Amino acid sequence: MNFIYPENEIVRNEKRCNLCRVCDTQCSYGAHEFDEQSGQLNSDDRKCVNCQRCVVLCKQMALKIVPSGNKYKENYNWREQTIKEIFRQADSGGVLLSGMGNPGDFKVYFDKIVLNASQVTNPSIDPLREPMETRVSLGALPRDIERDGKGQLVNNLPPRINLSMPVMFAAMSYGSISLNAHKSLAAAAQEMGVLYNTGEGGLHGDMYSYGGNTVVQVASGRFGVHPDYLRSGVAIEIKMGQGAKPGIGGHLPGTKIVGDISLTRMISEGSDAISPAPHHDIYSIEDLRQLIYSLKEATGYTKPIIVKVAAVNNIAAIASGIARSGADIIALDGFRGGTGAAPTRIRDNVGIPVELALASIDRILRDEGIRNNVSIIVGGSIRSSSDVVKAVALGADSVYIGTAALIAMGCHLCRSCYTGKCNWGIATQIPELTKRLKPSVAQKRLVNLLTGWKHEIEEMMGGMGINSIESLKGNRLMLRGVGLSERELEVLGIKHAGE
Amino acid sequence: MLREGEFRIPSGCAISGVIDKTGKRFSGGTIVDSIAVMRERSNGLGGGFAGYGIYPEYKDYYALHVFYDTQKSKAECEDFLDRHFDIINLSKIPTAKIKEITDEPLIWRYFVTPLPTKLAESQMEESEFTARCVFRINTQFDGVYVFSSGKNMGVFKAVGFPEDVGRFYRLEEYEGWCFTAHGRYPTNTPGWWGGAHPFALLGYSVVHNGEISSYDANRRNIEMFGYKCTLQTDTEVITYIIDYLHRKKGLTLTEISSVIAAPFWQEIRAMEPEIRQKHEYLRTMFSAQLITGPFSILVGFDGGLMALNDRLKLRSMVVAEKGSKVFISSEEAAIRVMEPEIEKIWSPRGGEPVIIKLNDEVVRG
Repeated sequence: MNFIYPENEIVRNEKRCNLCRVCDTQCSYGAHEFDEQSGQLNSDDRKCVNCQRCVVLCKQMALKIVPSGNKYKENYNWREQTIKEIFRQADSGGVLLSGMGNPGDFKVYFDKIVLNASQVTNPSIDPLREPMETRVSLGALPRDIERDGKGQLVNNLPPRINLSMPVMFAAMSYGSISLNAHKSLAAAAQEMGVLYNTGEGGLHGDMYSYGGNTVVQVASGRFGVHPDYLRSGVAIEIKMGQGAKPGIGGHLPGTKIVGDISLTRMISEGSDAISPAPHHDIYSIEDLRQLIYSLKEATGYTKPIIVKVAAVNNIAAIASGIARSGADIIALDGFRGGTGAAPTRIRDNVGIPVELALASIDRILRDEGIRNNVSIIVGGSIRSSSDVVKAVALGADSVYIGTAALIAMGCHLCRSCYTGKCNWGIATQIPELTKRLKPSVAQKRLVNLLTGWKHEIEEMMGGMGINSIESLKGNRLMLRGVGLSERELEVLGIKHAGE
Repeated sequence: MLREGEFRIPSGCAISGVIDKTGKRFSGGTIVDSIAVMRERSNGLGGGFAGYGIYPEYKDYYALHVFYDTQKSKAECEDFLDRHFDIINLSKIPTAKIKEITDEPLIWRYFVTPLPTKLAESQMEESEFTARCVFRINTQFDGVYVFSSGKNMGVFKAVGFPEDVGRFYRLEEYEGWCFTAHGRYPTNTPGWWGGAHPFALLGYSVVHNGEISSYDANRRNIEMFGYKCTLQTDTEVITYIIDYLHRKKGLTLTEISSVIAAPFWQEIRAMEPEIRQKHEYLRTMFSAQLITGPFSILVGFDGGLMALNDRLKLRSMVVAEKGSKVFISSEEAAIRVMEPEIEKIWSPRGGEPVIIKLNDEVVRG
């Protein structure tokens, strides 16, 4: 007996339906079924994940997915979600799993922050008529300049990464997403002059040609890590934590470990890829330093090292420690950051809002005079160009986008990535499904998204009278909070609107 | 009412400057006449001057110009000065009573040199020791403000129209080889005299016209290096950036102008490889010192004067030459009043510095 009534109902407009059957051939979950005897298309609401694939592909517009309307007798304390989760666990005895980031009703601080614009005392700058610079360069800066015998400046900069705009594609592993998804991200990054990130699943042989736009990740499972892999990208990211599931490692179910994925990860087919919660060679900050320098040694000090951490309680002090340990860049991931699969309890209850974490890190690094030791990349979650502008003004050098990039490729946030049956061909390894994602099309959509954001960033900067994004970095006077408490404003380091 | 420093005031302005390349000294009256022409660009809420070469008899000593609110604050500050410096001479700064300038604080001048024992203890250079003492006084002492701290130079400023400020300080009685002037058009009442310009630290003085949009990015960066922005003015943060890049980091003035009014990346890409690499380096290394938004500045320093516009040239500025003198002003009229028969006149392009060093050719760009 299944206690749970479906959340959604598939509504088919029989007048419009011409029985083309695209719905039942497309649905990997089997939510649509054609009954040969009656010649009817039937739906099973229980199987529907509301990924909208059938809705989008139905040329007749005969389909829609609506809330089923069934109501539990809930109260403030016992809500439908809570009751359903107990039913599920009573059924399975397992750990609840969820996809994507924390969905809870915690304040989204980006939405409580507004931007400045020039009026009278200085001019706004028109990006259609004047140069507007969004280029950023990430990495550590030396303390002092050096000159040669002739008095000329010597380039004493450690290795850095340059981006045409402060947006990068966040780590999403080959395995969790398809090779076509990886190709789309890599090609879009190349076209836009930004970077994508391999995630922790290693690098497929076909992808090495995108090395100039690749960040390779080293996570606790060390899947697919070998010398050529480390040398293939322009930066190496050590993944210490992930915003969606701080404190635990990545999980990739064995059903996704097939063929090339098994080869690339260097693990046997069908085995679950469970990354250890900690790196077993990093139990303390001094151990992190050793891994950072091991990776630098392995690559001849030619690549900046990124250390990715989840935003947790003591994140400012942790970041300060990382900045003193040889890292060139800190990547900060907030609890809204996406994931293919996370234990629900962890996703919904661990970690802090990234806006507060970012503001604290930027402040403490400046207070200690070591902000130039590192650059900061922030993710989890950046949803729009205005989030980018606000993040940069709070102190970020760049942002990571994961979920937004997936949406651009077609993801409809059904949050069922862990099933491995993604109808959009993104979070799946089933050949019939992965071929649905055409890299040339998805690349174009990603490029469009970034191009649109770039224009919007330029418009917002120009409005503030700023023509280089470097002058926006940490420029908190350009921000005002609306409806935030004094404590929140203090942590964010911004004034309230009207002040 | 809040005093300037507790909130941020945007300002429009007029600036003017004149230097004799041979180091020949002339009267401060010249610059007062110049700035008076641009009265329209001020609103009576701030004016000031910097003069170089004005204290030849004390040229090896730091000249501290100080505003005091009360006798008590003066006593506290003098106690601090006594414990850190040899005070060679002290006096009230001579002023004229005029009806246009009122509510003046106590205005004192000290010629000092760091106490050798204190200096040795601090393990700092003389200039850094002095700068740190100035910061300490300005941030920790109530009702005390050191507004000038260079050698053989001095700043004179007040709330009022600049020509009245000039008369108040009897500027025509000073002789120097370089003077700069500032007329201010703040949107708000500054509440006290400290917010007027020039802003100075050690031998550097800055007069500035504009409102920079990069202010808080610049401020938060420079405060990492021991500076404290107490006034929340653009001029203050620009002065600190120049002090940091010139005195502490050892960049040349030309390099500094390539940092704060950096060429656009699209321009850099088109440069010859060697020059391109230099600019790429400077923009990367000192990206936090890039200043965006409108500005025209005159930077006085030990041995010269630099003029610079923002890279889009969003503020007017003209330069002229006659004989050994170079004139720079927001408006040509303010130059013509100093020297009707100028030989050469031009408007520097955005980001193109004009650097005049004593006994040297004028450097453009």
